Amino acid sequence: MIELRVNGGTYEVEAPVEQTLAETLRGDLGLTGTKVACGEGHCGACTVQLDGVPVLSCITLVHTVGEREVTTIEGLREHPLVDAFVRADALQCGFCTPGQIVSAAALAESEPELTPERIRHAMAGNLCRCGTYPRIEEALLTWRD
Amino acid sequence: MARLIRTEKEVEGRYTEQWVVVDEDEAVDQWPAGPLETVGQRVPRVDGYERARGQALFTADVVLPGMLHAAVLRSPYARARVKHLDLSRAREADWVLGAIGPDDCHVLTLEPGFHGAPVAAVAATSPRRTREALDLIDVEWEELEPLLDPEEAVRRNELHEEPRRYERGDIDAAFAQADVVVEAEYRTQTVLHNALETHQSVCRWEGDTLEVYISTQFIWGVRDDIAEALDLPPDRIRVICNYMGGGFGAKNGAHDQTFIAIALASQTGRPVRCALTRREENLATGNRNSTIQRLRAGARSDGTLIALEGEFVNAVGWKGWSGPTYGPMEMLYACENVRTLTYGAKLNLPPNAAFRAPGFVEGTFGLECLLDELAGRLEIDPLDLRTRNHADNDLVDGRPYSSKNLLECYRRAEPHWARRDEVRARSEGPWRRGVGLASQIWYGGGGPPSYAWVRIGSDGRATVITAMQDIGTGTRTAMAQIAAEELGLPLERVRVSLGDSARGPYASISAGSSTTPSMGPAVRSAAADAARQIIEIAAQRYHLEERVLSLQDGKVVSADGGSWPLEEVTGLLEDAQILGKGARGPNPTGMRVLTFGIQVADVAVDVETGEVRVERIAAIHDVGRVINPLGAQSQVEGGIIQGVGHTLSEERLVDPRTGVILTQSLDAYKLPTIADVPEIVVELLDIPDEHLTNIGSKGLGEPPIVPTAAAIVNAIRDATGADVRELPVDRETMLRALDEARQKEAQRGAPAAV
Repeated sequence: MIELRVNGGTYEVEAPVEQTLAETLRGDLGLTGTKVACGEGHCGACTVQLDGVPVLSCITLVHTVGEREVTTIEGLREHPLVDAFVRADALQCGFCTPGQIVSAAALAESEPELTPERIRHAMAGNLCRCGTYPRIEEALLTWRD
Repeated sequence: MARLIRTEKEVEGRYTEQWVVVDEDEAVDQWPAGPLETVGQRVPRVDGYERARGQALFTADVVLPGMLHAAVLRSPYARARVKHLDLSRAREADWVLGAIGPDDCHVLTLEPGFHGAPVAAVAATSPRRTREALDLIDVEWEELEPLLDPEEAVRRNELHEEPRRYERGDIDAAFAQADVVVEAEYRTQTVLHNALETHQSVCRWEGDTLEVYISTQFIWGVRDDIAEALDLPPDRIRVICNYMGGGFGAKNGAHDQTFIAIALASQTGRPVRCALTRREENLATGNRNSTIQRLRAGARSDGTLIALEGEFVNAVGWKGWSGPTYGPMEMLYACENVRTLTYGAKLNLPPNAAFRAPGFVEGTFGLECLLDELAGRLEIDPLDLRTRNHADNDLVDGRPYSSKNLLECYRRAEPHWARRDEVRARSEGPWRRGVGLASQIWYGGGGPPSYAWVRIGSDGRATVITAMQDIGTGTRTAMAQIAAEELGLPLERVRVSLGDSARGPYASISAGSSTTPSMGPAVRSAAADAARQIIEIAAQRYHLEERVLSLQDGKVVSADGGSWPLEEVTGLLEDAQILGKGARGPNPTGMRVLTFGIQVADVAVDVETGEVRVERIAAIHDVGRVINPLGAQSQVEGGIIQGVGHTLSEERLVDPRTGVILTQSLDAYKLPTIADVPEIVVELLDIPDEHLTNIGSKGLGEPPIVPTAAAIVNAIRDATGADVRELPVDRETMLRALDEARQKEAQRGAPAAV
């Protein structure tokens, strides 16, 4: 039995040692906003924050999370970036979008002055096959407006 | 009265004749051109918050009580025979709840013809346990020699169908008369769809009804595939797809994973999920097949194209279809003498699948690069060459176009094209800059049958009901806009209910750029039917003539200045509702419905390292009326970005000896990232097609990817003088092309350009 702090709440979960954070979030806690698209840390769809730092939950073992606060898309539903993504049309199919927003929120919180270059560097780990990248860049450049 | 008509239907360039029933309703005239109250306005998508907040439920998120998970045993060999398959150890393990082989499910095979072909499957309570259960299957393989070379397949006549031959005019005489002839071989690579939601289905029996939750582009196609393969009445199959995570052409049918889930659900009596891993996705769910194109063009010295000839080899794979790689050569230019020969090679490689403008992406790359090589030889400006050879009528069968504004696209390309001197002048050090362009032709007219209902309640709100799917293109939003426009309602008072074959009428496939042109007219017609009923009710209630009443701003408005909130009129019905029904009418008879455009690319090439950067792409397309300019811009950008990946980085690699697929992960297979995106300028003409339906819209999903590769490669030639004739243009390919250009220059005794 481990204690997990997620989106401001505390949960007790039982998990075998090999269980990933993504499996726990989606399977045990029903937080299906976190998507798994590759399962091996290559695409960024499963991104969550640990104490504000973006990590890939599909290759993070749940037993390694410890006391760090997990923030998923469910914890960011009222974040102004959600509005910015919708206004800028920064999503098409939407499967990568929760991961994009979790990464974007971590970036926006840690760097108040964003430039296209910084966005392109920091967001390059979140793949979008629909090709919403120009709109994501716009959302990140305009979300405070 | 229902009207039975015989009409032509086209999806992805494949035409069929079929009977359809359309409702005999009053004809609805097209709206005036230009932005209206809601149609033509930039609207954020109506389901944006659900998707952005992670609340949208995808097939990947469907969990049913008692649900099991399937895992599939796949062939590790490109060609093999299973000498021995024994499921007994799996069946005996108490934690394995289902195990099936070829006797239980027709998509499983003992003679796999490609790496990744499904052989057997198991079901257990968790994905992890199920993968462990695969170890309990005893299997003995006999590895066989695979056929992997498409040219060898052509020599051996290992083809999916008879070679396709097309000829018009007198091609040999035309080449004999040509002042200039250019000839080149182009090659395109195999590209993987990689929608982020992998192929997956959840199937369960509810009494005698089969429920199928599936990530699909065509709810009704899934239903038909299952009904046919399992001999079930179609009405006993319910297909559900509310949100789906991308398809790009690879999710048009039921696919293997659905049949595996059904067989295991039948065997276990429990719901079964069969979800492919990313690596399975990149083995067994389709691809854009590679091509070899040997092309020849002949022209008069004034630039008139008089002869085009192409031999195309489509490396189809083990199953699939030989796509229209020949299409652009036959359709794009007013060339009277054309001959094409196309082979669909059957190989021990994974089956292909439609991928965003299949055939035309590949064929446009070859043809439009050849045109630029011709322009170089003729010393004619590439844009002038294309304008000069513009086709006023379709030359394949002589039909007029329902609408064509390609010349206007060319005119709007001029300012982008005129930048090339300035772009070239920005070359510095090893970085050479240049500009290239390419034209686009593709289908995108949609067609019947497609149906929609519009329901209006006493609260004065409307729901569009149709069993279509929104694959991420913004279909929900476009349909809501069309209904809102016709009903004079603000957009927030219109909802769209889709994604369930049991809860709505038959609707179009979301492929072939056909969703908006197929579904939009049906939705408008249903909304018009509902509007007519409201006006009839209002006329009786307020003792006015129907002809003086209209719907505007959420009100019933009378010509004499009276107005009543819609909910006051519909409120008379209390809980009863108004139901409007609509059908998509036929396409204009005797006309070709096509989409057109041009793209202009700026590139920078590092001639020392071979690195290519696309810096800017201007995309000008003619797709009829644009319903949502914001969503349309996103579609164009997305198509171009896939095109950039196709041109520069994406390639499925195969071990040439064994046929084993090497690029299964997203680490090995290089999709474009946000760092690879050029500046993209989108210009849509937004001219309604006056002959096409009650909305005048064509499709937009595919046109933007069609000319991108050729525009980039033509820009590379402009920048460096190098002829790149194969994709992707990785550094090795680029350096080799630069080397060849230097050698050619040296042979001519001229100073090398680079």
